[in-house]
Amino acid sequence: MKKTYKIEVDCANCANKMEEAAKKTTGVKDATVNFMTLKMIVEFEDGAEPKSVMQDVLKNCKKVEDDCEIFL
Amino acid sequence: MNKKQKKVLIRIIVSAVLLILIAILTSEKLGIPFLSDNGIVQLILYLIPYFVIGYDILKKAFKGIMNRQVFDENFLMAVATVGAICLGEYREGVAVMLFYQIGELFQSYAVGKSRRNISELMDIRPDYANIEGENGLEQVDPDEVEIGTIIIVSPGEKVPIDGVVVEGNASVNTSALTGESVPRTVSVGDEVISGCINMTGVLKIRTTKEFGESTVSKILELVENSSSKKSRSENFISRFAHYYTPAVCYGALALAVIPPIIRLIMGLPAELGEWIYRALTFLVISCPCALVISIPLSFFAGIGGASKAGVLVKGSNYLEALASVKHIVFDKTGTLTKGIFQVTGVHHSNMERDELLELAAHAESFSSHPIGKSVQAAYGKTIDQSRVTDIEEISGKGVTARVDGRKVAIGNSKLMELYFVPYKDCHDVGTILHIAVDDEYAGHIVISDVLKDNSKDAIKRLNKMGVNHTVMLTGDSKAVADHVAGELGISEVNSELLPGDKVSKVEELLDAKPSKEKLAFVGDGINDAPVLSRADVGIAMGALGSDAAIEAADIVLMDDDPLKIVKAIGISKKCMRIVYENIYFAIGVKLICLLLGALGIANMWLAIFADVGVMVIAVLNAIRALMVKNV
Repeated sequence: MKKTYKIEVDCANCANKMEEAAKKTTGVKDATVNFMTLKMIVEFEDGAEPKSVMQDVLKNCKKVEDDCEIFL
Repeated sequence: MNKKQKKVLIRIIVSAVLLILIAILTSEKLGIPFLSDNGIVQLILYLIPYFVIGYDILKKAFKGIMNRQVFDENFLMAVATVGAICLGEYREGVAVMLFYQIGELFQSYAVGKSRRNISELMDIRPDYANIEGENGLEQVDPDEVEIGTIIIVSPGEKVPIDGVVVEGNASVNTSALTGESVPRTVSVGDEVISGCINMTGVLKIRTTKEFGESTVSKILELVENSSSKKSRSENFISRFAHYYTPAVCYGALALAVIPPIIRLIMGLPAELGEWIYRALTFLVISCPCALVISIPLSFFAGIGGASKAGVLVKGSNYLEALASVKHIVFDKTGTLTKGIFQVTGVHHSNMERDELLELAAHAESFSSHPIGKSVQAAYGKTIDQSRVTDIEEISGKGVTARVDGRKVAIGNSKLMELYFVPYKDCHDVGTILHIAVDDEYAGHIVISDVLKDNSKDAIKRLNKMGVNHTVMLTGDSKAVADHVAGELGISEVNSELLPGDKVSKVEELLDAKPSKEKLAFVGDGINDAPVLSRADVGIAMGALGSDAAIEAADIVLMDDDPLKIVKAIGISKKCMRIVYENIYFAIGVKLICLLLGALGIANMWLAIFADVGVMVIAVLNAIRALMVKNV
């Protein structure tokens, strides 16, 4: 399953870091962050619950880039 | 500017003013006691603007270390500026932080600006639909309109949902969708697609799709999700940044430690301060921002510019691939030719052209076959079916009928043989209709699929751009295919193919070419979805309203003008040129400055240019990709 989320982040490198962090989160199969459109597209693994996974994604992203936001 | 940016701007102004004031007050020329000679007082004074401008960077760097995300630009800046202050270079320390923030502000402003520019280009999202309710016109959310509802579009409004005109006529502007500035005229029975702007009359439209399935939604979805597929250049930059920043940090550390040790061993003074200063310069130069921001920005601007020209690109990887296309495979019908049959010649006739067409059109007047229709269209006047009697269709051969009492036989050569009428063969390619009137040969009509006006020009321009290998695939007969290819100057023809053969033919071509050269397939999206997805770049043209094509293709041309292919390749080449300019420029300047910094020639001021200046130039250059008018 794929879902798109709006995000808020200031620099392109930070967006890359968010992407890395999201990819490493359990339950996430693949993630891409599009800095230009400020969107994060997350592909979830089968059986994963998007809501709880996204909480982890947000937590991991905050770790690498304090200044970011994902609108869940 | 948004709130965040305004706040940064105020901090920049305040700290810049403070910095200048302090620099003047503490200058030795003024010689104010306690200010010009007391280091501690100076330090405290300089720390005020330093914290005003840099507190968030320091905080982020600290948090980064806590979260084991050490090597980022916040860390670089924090180390460089704190280091400079420790060395007693207070002014430089504050200035570096100040310019870094100016650069960041500029970058975020430029990015925000181009984001807005591009979303304005794609400002085709309709906000409402007018439906006739109990109390006259009502504005409703397009999402709530069901299929089959009658919607009303007044002049100046956007058509919100795809549908068919049931009342009124108007000219509609499709430029937001196709880049085509000539308006299209629609009247009752015509299909209209969402996203067009009604320019003249009131239209009543019966919707044929839901909003979510309408052209405008499909296009917006496509554009918004583009660049989720990243190009090789972008991936290269992320990988580069991943290794580059730590490498430079260790390099700086080595620069600060190793030379002084060697000097000590050699019995020279260590000059530790000098080498640390050089190492700090190194750190300031090293920030990878210019690259990391400008490459995705170039692609984003390129994709945005392309959509303005009616070329939708599904991802920056396709834009990149398109720039290195050397082989283009065309589908014939609907791509290079119009896909509609027209009378292209009347030969060997002993009567007037119009008279012959009149007889032929009447004899064919009950036919619904495309060939019969095209004869009727060529005649152009209204057909009086009461003039026609005794119609007889002879299967596989043609038609005989009496028109105004004259016996007309119209069909292929077999029909002529049936009536023992001697006929003349035609040198032209196409479908030949022989006509006999009162058992005498009256000439023949040539019907063929006509070339699009711009096909020839497009092939010529493609050749000029370095696309030397053009291939045409068609299910048509060899004679027709060879003729069309000859006319257009296409280098290779494969005719009489079945639909499945097209895929294997494209696979053959893919295997035969060098892997660096890309192959594009251009089709009209009907029946060629498998080929579109098999080619390196699948281009669907004339895709307005065709969902299947939008799904399968990598690049969608909004109208069916073959010159759009040329435009698309031109845009991709320009975009890639800008991408490479930025990569070479940014890496080049950084490497030179790093070298100069290591040798002690470059001071911190040059380092600031290498960081902020390069980024500003690269961002401005990236925005150039948005301008596609003269490509």
